Amino acid sequence: MRQTNVLVIGGGPAGLSAATAAAQCGARVILVDSSSRLGGQLIKQTHKFFGSREQRAGTRGIEIARLLQEEAEAARVEILPETAALGLYSDGVVTLEKNERLIKLKPERLVVATGASEKTLAFANNDLPGIYGAGAVQTLMNVHGVRPGQRAVMVGAGNIGLIVSYQLCQAGVEVAAVVEAAPSIGGYAVHASKIRRLGIPILTSYSIKAAHGGETLEGVTVWQLNEKWQGIPGTEQVLAADILCLAVGLTPLTELLWQAGCQMEYIPELGGHVPWYDENQQTSVPGIYVAGDAAAVEEASSAMVTGKLAGLASAHSLGLCPDFPVLGEKVRQELTQLRAGPTGEKIRKGLGKLRARSRPGAM
Amino acid sequence: MTEEQEDQIIICRCEDITLREIRDLIRRGYQTMDEIKRASRAGMGQCQGRTCRSLIAQEIAQMTGQPLAEVRIPTFRPPIRPVKLGVLAEAEE
Repeated sequence: MRQTNVLVIGGGPAGLSAATAAAQCGARVILVDSSSRLGGQLIKQTHKFFGSREQRAGTRGIEIARLLQEEAEAARVEILPETAALGLYSDGVVTLEKNERLIKLKPERLVVATGASEKTLAFANNDLPGIYGAGAVQTLMNVHGVRPGQRAVMVGAGNIGLIVSYQLCQAGVEVAAVVEAAPSIGGYAVHASKIRRLGIPILTSYSIKAAHGGETLEGVTVWQLNEKWQGIPGTEQVLAADILCLAVGLTPLTELLWQAGCQMEYIPELGGHVPWYDENQQTSVPGIYVAGDAAAVEEASSAMVTGKLAGLASAHSLGLCPDFPVLGEKVRQELTQLRAGPTGEKIRKGLGKLRARSRPGAM
Repeated sequence: MTEEQEDQIIICRCEDITLREIRDLIRRGYQTMDEIKRASRAGMGQCQGRTCRSLIAQEIAQMTGQPLAEVRIPTFRPPIRPVKLGVLAEAEE
């Protein structure tokens, strides 16, 4: 059985940042990712990031992925691409599959940075070809260079829905409308303005009633919602479309953390079930850390910072990173700044609830 | 919603389980996700429930009146993604 100081599962912004931080402290670090290309969702983010210079504002996501990978390589992180984590056992053994071979690994510390998966919706004919998660459409266009269709309807006016709508237009796809169930637009005003300037209507308090088509999607019926989020008969509109994109939120991928016996909490503001974790991203199981969207659905910028914090903290717990009291505090302050202001309200509320849950074992 | 409409809504796309099948099970007393999984295979396909889990939880919550936070999540056993039996059989100690 292989051993290492720190194993990081997931090579997105959180995992890469965690691996680099731990390795720079002198830890032996292995990072595994199920795909062939590192960067997680960053590799399809062709837009420039906001925020502060520390989180690489002004740089395109795809470029950030490359920079993070270079930093990890320079820090001598052992990177295993196309390696999928299969299970996490109570004795601390992690099983992985690479090239149809099973690898067993016993790390001293584990950082779970598995990200999130897209939520979906239940509506009539929701299995027609042409209906995608927004992330899948973004992968088709921006990673594989495939235009997914001619005319799209987007469900969800959060940042993902707005950004992918814009990228659909860039790919030459007409966007018929962005439909949002909430009474207001969830994403940043700057993204919404870009969509509006292109003449795309954003229908708030609207949802999808049904999809139509024979072999593939041909159209979508949308309808207005009342204050109880129920469709109002008589308000139906039929939009012709061969693509329907669902951008209705993300939920943390936490299977491994459940298996490890981490205390889990249901916090809707953080995306659903998340592990309990302390101010240094350590879960209720000593030695297991969580970072990025697996800990709370947020932005890539905060994923990089929670990853860095988990990496530093895991190294410190191994007797490395003597400056952690100062460094850790600095990173936590960076996080506080990122989550300040109105856009951070939801995450602050969610984290407040998480912290209020009793610490495991503290009876 | 009519039964015909419920038939047109796929909840578990890996195993092709419709909303009507899920609701029928809940009405017949299968009111935890583990029970529904065992009775229908919902959540046991390629994606291992990543897509349908929250939809099934919502249905249970709505039909039984339980808060969503209290709907019990099914047990996650390894392996968390499909793997060939041969890979496991050939594994070294």
